Amino acid sequence: MLGKLSLSAIPLDVPILVGTFLGVAVIGLAVLGAVTYYGKWGYLWRNWLTTVDHKRLAVMYIILAIVMLFRGFADAIMMRTQLALAYKGNPGYLPPHHYDQIFSAHGTIMIFFMAMAFMTGLMNLVVPLQIGARDVAFPFLNSLSFYMTLVGALLINISLFIGEFAQCGWLVYPPLSEMQFSPGVGVDYYIWAVQISGVGTLLTGVNFFTTIVKMRAPGMGWMQMPVFTWTAFCTTVLIMVSFPVLTVTLALLSLDRYLGMHFFTNDAGGNVMLYLSMIWTWGHPEVYILVIPAFGVFSEVTATFSQKPLFGYKTMVYATCSIMVLSFVVWVHHFFTMGAGANVNTFFGIMTMIIAVPTGVKIFNWLFTMYKGRVEFTAPMHWTLGFMITFSIGGMTGVMMAMPAADWILHNSLFLIAHFHNVIIGGVYFGYIAGMGFWFPKAFGFKLNEAWGKRAFWCWFVGFYLAFIPLYVLGLEGMTRRMNHYDNPDWYPWMLVAEVGAIVIACGIVCQLTQLYVSIRDRNLPENLDLTGDPWNGRTLEWSISSPPPAYNFAVIPDIHGLDTFHTEKQLGRQAHGKPLAPIHMPKNTSAGVFIGLFSFILGFASIWYIWWLAAIGLIGIVATMILRSADRDVDYYVPVSEIEHNEEVYSRRIAAAQAAE
Amino acid sequence: MKKLWRYLPALPALMLSGCTVDLLQPRGPVAEMNRDVMVAEFVIMMLIVVPTCAATLYFAWKYRASNKEAEYLPTWDHSTAIEYVIWGVPALLIAILGAISWWSTHAYDPYRPLQTADNVKPLNVQVVSLDWKWMFIYPDLGIATINQLDVPTNTPLNFQITSDSVMTSFFIPRLGSMIYAMPGEQTQLHLLASESGDYLGEASQFSGRGFSDMKFRTLAMDPAQFNDWVEKVKSGSENLDDTTYPKYAAPQEAAPVQYFAHVQPDLFDGIVAKYNNGMMVDKKTGKVMHMQSASNAAPSDTGMKE
Repeated sequence: MLGKLSLSAIPLDVPILVGTFLGVAVIGLAVLGAVTYYGKWGYLWRNWLTTVDHKRLAVMYIILAIVMLFRGFADAIMMRTQLALAYKGNPGYLPPHHYDQIFSAHGTIMIFFMAMAFMTGLMNLVVPLQIGARDVAFPFLNSLSFYMTLVGALLINISLFIGEFAQCGWLVYPPLSEMQFSPGVGVDYYIWAVQISGVGTLLTGVNFFTTIVKMRAPGMGWMQMPVFTWTAFCTTVLIMVSFPVLTVTLALLSLDRYLGMHFFTNDAGGNVMLYLSMIWTWGHPEVYILVIPAFGVFSEVTATFSQKPLFGYKTMVYATCSIMVLSFVVWVHHFFTMGAGANVNTFFGIMTMIIAVPTGVKIFNWLFTMYKGRVEFTAPMHWTLGFMITFSIGGMTGVMMAMPAADWILHNSLFLIAHFHNVIIGGVYFGYIAGMGFWFPKAFGFKLNEAWGKRAFWCWFVGFYLAFIPLYVLGLEGMTRRMNHYDNPDWYPWMLVAEVGAIVIACGIVCQLTQLYVSIRDRNLPENLDLTGDPWNGRTLEWSISSPPPAYNFAVIPDIHGLDTFHTEKQLGRQAHGKPLAPIHMPKNTSAGVFIGLFSFILGFASIWYIWWLAAIGLIGIVATMILRSADRDVDYYVPVSEIEHNEEVYSRRIAAAQAAE
Repeated sequence: MKKLWRYLPALPALMLSGCTVDLLQPRGPVAEMNRDVMVAEFVIMMLIVVPTCAATLYFAWKYRASNKEAEYLPTWDHSTAIEYVIWGVPALLIAILGAISWWSTHAYDPYRPLQTADNVKPLNVQVVSLDWKWMFIYPDLGIATINQLDVPTNTPLNFQITSDSVMTSFFIPRLGSMIYAMPGEQTQLHLLASESGDYLGEASQFSGRGFSDMKFRTLAMDPAQFNDWVEKVKSGSENLDDTTYPKYAAPQEAAPVQYFAHVQPDLFDGIVAKYNNGMMVDKKTGKVMHMQSASNAAPSDTGMKE
C-alpha cells in the first residue's frame, strides 16, 4: 500500500535532523498562524499564489532562492565544520552516510534551487519591463514554471525528514547512482526533484525566448535591446538547447533504476562514459545559463552608477553571444582524465581557453565604463567591483584547468572546488545580489538599506577569500574533494582557516537579513521611498514607470528610437508620451499552476517511494487540470481606461511630490 | 579591510613554509611537466589579471563621484583602438597558452609510454579499483598487493587500470597525472618515479561510503631494494586467483596492506572481461575474442561472470 515507505524512513536517530525538523515546523506553523490570524489567506491566494503577473512571480522566485540559500549554506558550514574537526582519528560529527548526503544536497540545492531560482526571478522582474512589454508571452506557463521549481525544492527538502538524499555527488554519476550501489531512495529524490524543476526551467526558457523575440516595444531592434535583456536572451537559448539533454540523461538513469535497464550500469553493455558525456553536455552550458544574466546585471549596474553609457555595447553583445555558442563545445574538459586521445583533449582544452577571450573583453568593457565616469559607490557597485576582482582570479584558475596537462593533477581536487566557487560566488552570486539591490526599489517602491548592504558585501568578500584560498592551497597539497576525514597534518591548519571564512560568510548572510529587516522597517522614510520610479537616474525602460509598476506595466507602450531611449529623452526633457489611453488586455489569474504543481508533487513523491496508486492519482490530476485549463475560455480581461487614468494620476502626483521635496 | 586583502597573497607563502605541497614538489618527469605547465600558465595569466585588478581599483577610485577634478565624459562609450587592444591582448595570451596546451597534451599523453635515457625495461602494473581499496598486480613478477604500490626508481611504470566496482580515479600526486578507473574498461597511465620516497596515493573520484580511506602508499625505491622486496613478497603464502579473489575484492573500509605471493596470470583480463560478456581484446592481434580462447592457460573464469 505504501510502497517502500514505512516509519523507519523517518530519521529519528539523527539529532541534527530532528532539531532541524522542529525548527522548520515551528517557523512554518508561526507563518501559517500569522497568515490565519491576520486573515490574509484570501489576499495571499488571490494576489500571490494564483498570480500570473511576472513581477509577483519574480518576488516569489527570489524568496524561494533566499530560503534555499539558507539551506545550501547550512550544508556548507556543516561540511566545513566536519573537516575542521575530523582530523587524525577524530571521526567528526557527521558519519559518511550523513556527510555524503550533505555535499550532494549542497551542490544540487545551490545550483538548481538557489541560483536558477534567483536568475529566473531577476529575469521575470526585469525583462518585460526593459523591453516595454505588459507581461511575458505565456503568463500561465510562467506561473506553472514557478510551481514546478517550487515542487522540486520541496521534494529535495522533504528528503531531509523522510528517507534520505542521494550520496553520490550533485551530478549522481553512475554506476554509483545505480540500484546496485545506491539501493535507497536518495537518488530517486534527486531524479524527481531535478526532473520536475527542469520542466519548469525549460518552460521559462521557451517563455522568455518568445517574449524577447516577439514582444519588444515598437522600434526596439536587436541592437537597441538593453544588455540585461540580451544576456537573458542568450540564457534562454542555452536553456532550450541544454535542458532537454539533462531531462533525457536523467530519464535514462531512471529507466536503469526503475525498470532494470542498462544504459549506465556496469554490466550488459551499460556505459558510464556515456553518462558523463551527456550530463556535461548540459552541465557546462548550465554554468553559463547562471553567469550570463549576472554579466547583464553588472553591465546595467556599472553603466548606471558610473553615470555613463556602457562602453562597447556591441562588443558586449558579440562577446555574450560567442560565449553562448562556445559553451557547447567545451564539455569534455570535465573529464580530461577519462583517457580520451590527445587530439580530443587538446581541442576541448583550447576551446575552453578561448572562452576566456570574450569573458576578458567583458571585464575590460566594465572597466572602461567606469573610465571618465562618475562612480557612485552604492552597495550594488560594491558587489560589482568585488566581482571584477574575484572573477578575474576565478577565470585565471579556470584557464589553468583548461590545460589538460594541468587538469590531470588538479581534477577532482579542492583546487577545482575553489575554482568553481570562485566564479559562482564571485560571479553568479555577487551578480544576483547586485541585481537584487538595483531592482529592489522597482519591485517594492523603496530602496534597500545601503549601510547594511555594504556590510554584507564586505563579509562575503573577505569571507570568500578566507574560505576558498585555503582550498586552492589544499588542492595543491593533493587533497581531493568529498573527503569525510583525513590524517595529513599539513591540511589541518588550512581547514581551520576555511572554517573561519565560512563563519565570516555567515555574518554576511546575517547582514543581508538585517538589511531586509531595516529596509522594510524604514521604508516610509523620505530618503528610502522611490516616488519617481527612477531612483538611480537609470537608463532603460523599467525606470520610466512607477515603482512598483501597475499590473499592466506600461499605460502606453513607448516608442523606441535607439539604445537607452529613456535616458536620452530625460536629457532632452521631453514628455514621455502624448498618445490616448486605451483599455489594456490582460491575463486573468489562475489556480491551474497551483494544482498542477500539487499533483506533480504527489506524482514525484509517490514515485520515489514506489506508491504506484498514488502516482497514478498525481498523473491523472496533472492531465485533468491541463484539460480543464485548456477548456477554460475565461482567461483574460480588459483594464478600463478610468483605472489607468487613476493610476497615472497617482503616479504624476508622486513625481510632483518628489520634485517638491527636492 | 582593503588593506587586509593586500596582504592576503603573501599569507599562503608564509603558511606553506615547512609543509609539503605535493603538486609543486614533483618526484618524476610527468609531475614536473604538470607543475611546469601549471606554473607557466599562472605566470602568463598574471600578466593580465594583475593589471586588470589594479586598473579596476584605480579607475573606481580615480573616477569616484566625489572627485570633481577627474574628467567626466557622460556620453563616451566607444573607442576602436581600445576595442582592438581588449580583444587582441587576451587573444594573444590564449594563443600562447593554446600552443603550450597542444604541445603538453601530446607530449605527455597519459597513454604514451615513457623512455629513460638508458632504456630501462618498464615495469607493468595492473591496477584494480575496488570498494574501497586498490589492488596492484605485477603480471611479469606474478605477485600482487593491496593498498601498497612498490616501484623501482627511474623505471618507466606502465599502468593498466580498471575497476571492479564503481568509477574512481587513480592518482599519485607527486608522480603526476591521474586517470579514471572504470569497470569493463582498461585505461592506461605511464609514470616514472625519479627519487625514492614514500608518496601518497589516492582515489580522487568519490566512490561511496569508504572513499575517504581509499588511500595507498607509493613506495619508490632503488631497483636492488625493489628486487629484495619482490623476493620477500614471493616468499609469502597467499594466493590470488579466481577462488580467493572474491574474498579480497569484497567491500572493505580502510583495508590493511596485503601481499600475494602468486597471482593467476589472467586475473586482470578476467576482471575486465566479466563486464563485457566475457569478451576481451587480444593484445597480440587486437581482435575481440572470448576470454577462454584468448588465454589458453586458464581453465575457466568461473565466478567471474555474472
